[in-house]
Amino acid sequence: MSNKVKQLIKGNEAVIYGALMGGATHFFGYPITPASEIAHGAAKYFTLSGRHFLQAESEVSVINMLYGASGAGARVMTASSGPGMSLMAEGLSYIAGAELPCVVVDVQRAGPGLGNIWPEQSDYNITVKGGGHGNYKSIVLAPHSAQEMCDFTYQAFELADKYRITVIVLADAYIGQMMEAVEIPDRLLEGERKDWALYADKESRGNLVTSILMDPQLQSEHNWKLQRKYEQISREFCQWEELECEDADYLLVAYGISARVCHSAVEVLRKKGVKAGLLRPKTLFPFPEDRLKELASSARKVAAAELSNGQMADDVDRLCGGLCPTERLCWLGGVIPSVQEICDTVEGWESGVER
Amino acid sequence: MIVKEKPKAFYDTFERKGAGQEVTHYCPGCGHGTAHKLIAELLVELDIQDRTIFLSPVGCSVFAYYYMDTGNIQCAHGRAPAVGTGIRRTHKDAILISYQGDGDLAAIGTAEIIHAANRGENMTVFFINNAIYGMTGGQMAPTTLEGQKTLTTPLGRSSGRDGNPIGMAEVMDAIKAPVYIERVSLSTPGKVLKARKVFKKALENQIDKKGFSFVEVLSPCPINWKMDPVEARSWMQEHLEPLYPVRNFRDGSHLPVPHDDFIPFMKEDEIINLLSSGGAIPDVKASESDLEQRVKIAGFGGQGVLSAGILLANYAIASGYEATWLPSYGPEMRGGKANAGVIFSNRSIGSPVVAEPNVLIALNSPSLTSFENDVEPGGLIMVNSTLVREEVKRDDVDVLYIPASEMARESGVLATANIIMLTIYLKYKGLADTELLRKVLPLSVKRKDAVDLNLKMMEKALAYYDRELA
Ligand SMILES: Cc1ncc(C[n+]2csc(CCOP(=O)(O)OP(=O)(O)O)c2C)c(N)n1
Ligand code: SF4
Repeated sequence: MSNKVKQLIKGNEAVIYGALMGGATHFFGYPITPASEIAHGAAKYFTLSGRHFLQAESEVSVINMLYGASGAGARVMTASSGPGMSLMAEGLSYIAGAELPCVVVDVQRAGPGLGNIWPEQSDYNITVKGGGHGNYKSIVLAPHSAQEMCDFTYQAFELADKYRITVIVLADAYIGQMMEAVEIPDRLLEGERKDWALYADKESRGNLVTSILMDPQLQSEHNWKLQRKYEQISREFCQWEELECEDADYLLVAYGISARVCHSAVEVLRKKGVKAGLLRPKTLFPFPEDRLKELASSARKVAAAELSNGQMADDVDRLCGGLCPTERLCWLGGVIPSVQEICDTVEGWESGVER
Repeated sequence: MIVKEKPKAFYDTFERKGAGQEVTHYCPGCGHGTAHKLIAELLVELDIQDRTIFLSPVGCSVFAYYYMDTGNIQCAHGRAPAVGTGIRRTHKDAILISYQGDGDLAAIGTAEIIHAANRGENMTVFFINNAIYGMTGGQMAPTTLEGQKTLTTPLGRSSGRDGNPIGMAEVMDAIKAPVYIERVSLSTPGKVLKARKVFKKALENQIDKKGFSFVEVLSPCPINWKMDPVEARSWMQEHLEPLYPVRNFRDGSHLPVPHDDFIPFMKEDEIINLLSSGGAIPDVKASESDLEQRVKIAGFGGQGVLSAGILLANYAIASGYEATWLPSYGPEMRGGKANAGVIFSNRSIGSPVVAEPNVLIALNSPSLTSFENDVEPGGLIMVNSTLVREEVKRDDVDVLYIPASEMARESGVLATANIIMLTIYLKYKGLADTELLRKVLPLSVKRKDAVDLNLKMMEKALAYYDRELA
């Protein structure tokens, strides 16, 4: 039995637990449902523990405060949702250009526009593909439980420092609002002094944090260096989980809340003798490309299941092209599929009668 | 601009600049060069060069880091005060210089400057007002004068079409926190000398941790004004200075240092204690029975619907099950409706959504109406018969009518009906372990007196069960 403290907490609260134990020292935030509990938790626990919390005037300011504090060597984070993510696009691009480590939790809600506060997974493209201007990427972690909200945030700061990159924890309204048992990590991680950061002292006086490179040749070299970094990350760090994948005829690919529903569906289908499986990417960038291709070559169908208009499905299609037929199971607007619905669809494929 | 006598806080050669490393990139007669030089001299004079971080904006001074031999950070357009705020929270003793143009500060960055000022961030802002966008080739700035021709006001700025020139020192003066606000001009050597004194004070304030100092600097942009440097300086005196009076607006540098709410930095064990202060779930036993309960608890706000769900989930985990709790949230809660879905099972839980409950606990009438038909055949519906007049119409489910609110009212606290329902539910399912419930209760009920009260109601519920339902 573990001697870690186990508590029943919301995914959003678990983020703060992971963050503090992961060595985060600065949280800048702006309230937005369904992510606000993260700011509430930070306001309480960051402040009480002698870290820093500040409610900014907007997400535009938030991301620039992160830029400043990260440039000054701190482990920094924020949490937001749809409209806030849109506002942070410019700053995230600057952060990528200047290669600053930074952690952003996106508790996705439905869009476009103000949309609503129910879950969607429609920020896939703006997080996994970049989001702001320029050729950049962030590491994207996709938790599916309160424990993973804690663990992925915990891990995020080390990754961000190691690769000097933004790590996005891409959750959704249900994963944020749901309570589950969470074990608090028992080791406090701490960032080290960074030789490139600004410490307002003699040693770091020559340092420069910037994203501007006026000479096209230099900008080109810098951009290629970034691309090589993203390739290196793809080689070194990619995580996923498999449920009944080995012999799966029907392979569902899903993350976050969709993966939870698909998990139930796979269990029901297996009981009925339908060989369904679930590949759950825990990292969306890097995406478990090789494993998906392997599984696709022995499956009868691969189906991306997501709360978006097929943003992840585009990747699944691209990867499975020529290996096996693909399908898209898409839900929009905050509507969550029932387990039954997914089972019916897969059984339809099995019986040759599409429903 | 050729820098004749280079201040010591300038790099010897401007290596970051690429070509032409002896001269700055500024146009002849530009005010930026003068302002840079004044600041650089003061960094040495005040002995703060090592701990200075210079924040360059987007604008002609984006390349300030070519020259300033300090820590340098280049900021997005208008955002330097937010960037500075981030740095300030990281290094208390850093000297932060936010150097911004009038497009940067007075147009795109208004929110950032106003809120940094309003927080009284300990930083020094040099606001270069040249009444135009220099970097992008001479478009209108918010400070552009009425009638002034720019690329985007080819007919001359018209207040009707384009708005009025904005006085940022005056705007700052409407905010309580800034300690020092002054406008200076670079139009004559005498005024430059005066500016130097003001710059110095604005930096000294920061060294003394007095707070936010704002210096507006009227500055020539001969190129985009389409004048030679001499003409530009006369134009400043004739047109710019009458509209933007060169004067002190506020000087609170004699005031005491604002208070600092310092809280010590916690170590590992202290943080773990802090995070565990809500109490840990006791690891009691492993579950034996194979079961999956999908419980919907619904009622109106104040009936403790959400906390009953939390209690149930805590109890289930302590009993060795996995559990999820999903609330109704946000606007859904307005108008007083609340519901929580709890699933617990000995297997890992997929979807946490309770769409088809096998237990419905309806604390009021709308809840029964809303969810009765969702209940799985063979499931259980528990009705708070004090508040729910109607009967359950379904005949394929078990139904328990409990006068929970009446029982709660008898003991003086109406809000304990939830505990009564929950206890009876657990007892009915053969899942009630009174000892464990006692242990788990404080995890979901925070007030000590409420814990005792709830314990009392649990006993009452168990007695009711034995009397009426066993
Ligand atoms: C978000 C964004 N919008 C527009 C620009 C283009 N831009 C660069 S400099 C500038 C104006 C700068 O003018 P000002 O702040 O007055 O500084 P000056 O060049 O006159 O010193 C603009 C609009 C930008 N870099 N970023
Ligand atoms: S364009 Fe104007 S502000 Fe920019 S360097 Fe030239 S003179 Fe100075």
